[in-house]
Amino acid sequence: MKIAVLVKQVPDTWGDRHLSQETGLLIRDEDSSVPDEIGERALEHALRHKDANPDTEVVLVTMGPEMAESALRKLLALGPDSAVQVTDPSLGGADVVATAKVLAATLRRIQPDLVLAGNESTDGRGGLVPAMIGEINQMPVLPGLDSVELADGEVSGTASADGVELALRATLPAIVTITEKSAEQRLPNFKGVLSAKKKPLEQLSLAELDCGDVAQTGARTVMVAASKRPPKQAGPRIPDDGTAAAQLAGFLRDRRLI
Amino acid sequence: MRNILVLVEQDSEGTFVPTTVGLLGLAAQLGRPVALVVGGTDEGVAPLGSLGAEEILVAPAGSSDELGNAQVQALAAAIEDIQPAAVLVSNSNELRTVAARLAIVADGAVAADAVGARFDAEGDEVIAEHSVFGGDYVTESTAEGGPLIITIRPGAIDERAEAVDSPVVRELAPTAKVGPGAQVVSRRAVVVTSNRPALRGAKAVVSGGRGLGSKENFALVEQLADALGAAVGASRAAVDAGFVPHTYQVGQTGVSVSPQLYVALGISGAIQHRAGMQTAKTIVAINKDADSPIFEVADFGIVGDIFSVVPQLIDEINKRRN
Repeated sequence: MKIAVLVKQVPDTWGDRHLSQETGLLIRDEDSSVPDEIGERALEHALRHKDANPDTEVVLVTMGPEMAESALRKLLALGPDSAVQVTDPSLGGADVVATAKVLAATLRRIQPDLVLAGNESTDGRGGLVPAMIGEINQMPVLPGLDSVELADGEVSGTASADGVELALRATLPAIVTITEKSAEQRLPNFKGVLSAKKKPLEQLSLAELDCGDVAQTGARTVMVAASKRPPKQAGPRIPDDGTAAAQLAGFLRDRRLI
Repeated sequence: MRNILVLVEQDSEGTFVPTTVGLLGLAAQLGRPVALVVGGTDEGVAPLGSLGAEEILVAPAGSSDELGNAQVQALAAAIEDIQPAAVLVSNSNELRTVAARLAIVADGAVAADAVGARFDAEGDEVIAEHSVFGGDYVTESTAEGGPLIITIRPGAIDERAEAVDSPVVRELAPTAKVGPGAQVVSRRAVVVTSNRPALRGAKAVVSGGRGLGSKENFALVEQLADALGAAVGASRAAVDAGFVPHTYQVGQTGVSVSPQLYVALGISGAIQHRAGMQTAKTIVAINKDADSPIFEVADFGIVGDIFSVVPQLIDEINKRRN
């Protein structure tokens, strides 16, 4: 079984994140960029299968600037076999459809039985790319699974979102996206960190993929404006002298909140 | 008036869900709302007029049990048929998958997780509005070279459309070829065991953090929530400490909320948490640490012990109500 895991380098959510107000694009800063946690959880599902079935091959796949290599090395320390990074200056600012076309072409080279990804990244939050890849490569998508069962030739699981519990299954090859409640990611150990440096990491440019010049063709989403919200003006901050609760209740009533 | 296509959703009883009401409200602001129902009957779709649909397109549910296939096919056919200026789809787990597949099938572009939309100054194209990084930034996007599909954040739209007396009802015969969908083995509505409102879309939210100290003490958060008719949330620290299940988590990971009132109890206010709640209209924070960053976004802050302030607050609220 070959499992490809889609991962992404994102700005750390424990710090402030910024958009360029000229281009509307994310300002990427190497020091505060980390592998997206939801991708680590997706990887965990692949690694559990590999733990139980040692002949499983796990490949990380990402599209991103050269600095994303550091995120891939961190993830390789957790146990996958190799990584493929598509990096090309013409892909800066690529929209979701272009991203999906590039990743779909990358996956056609890798030919995995199963593709695993997070249900949404912590920066874009669109949750669209895996389903687009599925439609391009004619693979079924099982979105937002809370539990994943991988058996011979098929994958199944349940998704409970928006008040509905869905049980889904598909024959492989298929694409699965997982939620953050589906698995806790493991921590790297010293041996993993050492071996990560030697694991194969293939870098591909757009010209090496069978998807044409995705940035120049087809429909695309364009950002037309980006602005920072003015900082919020904090209200009164009072110590509890025994009347604070009454003052707060008065404040809530004045605002018609009670 | 340009057509705005809305993919509507029904629950298992056939009632149109609240997100559908919001999408039709937004569509009416933009242009002429056209509702697309997959698997409806002529009688069943009639209420869509009262929700603002000028035209109702009814597509067959299809015989396939493949997730989303009938919706993707119906949307592709509806785009051909009415050439909408925008397609509005709820950003739910299931329907954003439909929106994504549609973008490939119909060669469109997707504006993801929008909180609103408007026409540009010339009235030529629809611009989607997004609130990103927990509301730190507002961005606007549109499509070039193909239909614009907008996924709308559930609960983001307050507008409601005026009722339309006798909407046009037409049947649609989808023909587009789509890829394979996941097989739906079963589908059931999740039974809500709580009388409290759901976190997502709630008008008021009371959240607890590490300051609660234990699972038992978290009852204090629930008591205040019940006094306010609010949903219950939690910070990541409280979830990680095992006080409440994961589904309670408000933050960048977890649920993003934008209620009229947000009350943070014993929450320090890490950026991670603020990103999921700072767009609330009114924020109240109670924390014993005067330096907690939560106070920087609070409209009213109390530096004090939640175990002493909150019971008093519940009394005061009940007093003012009676």
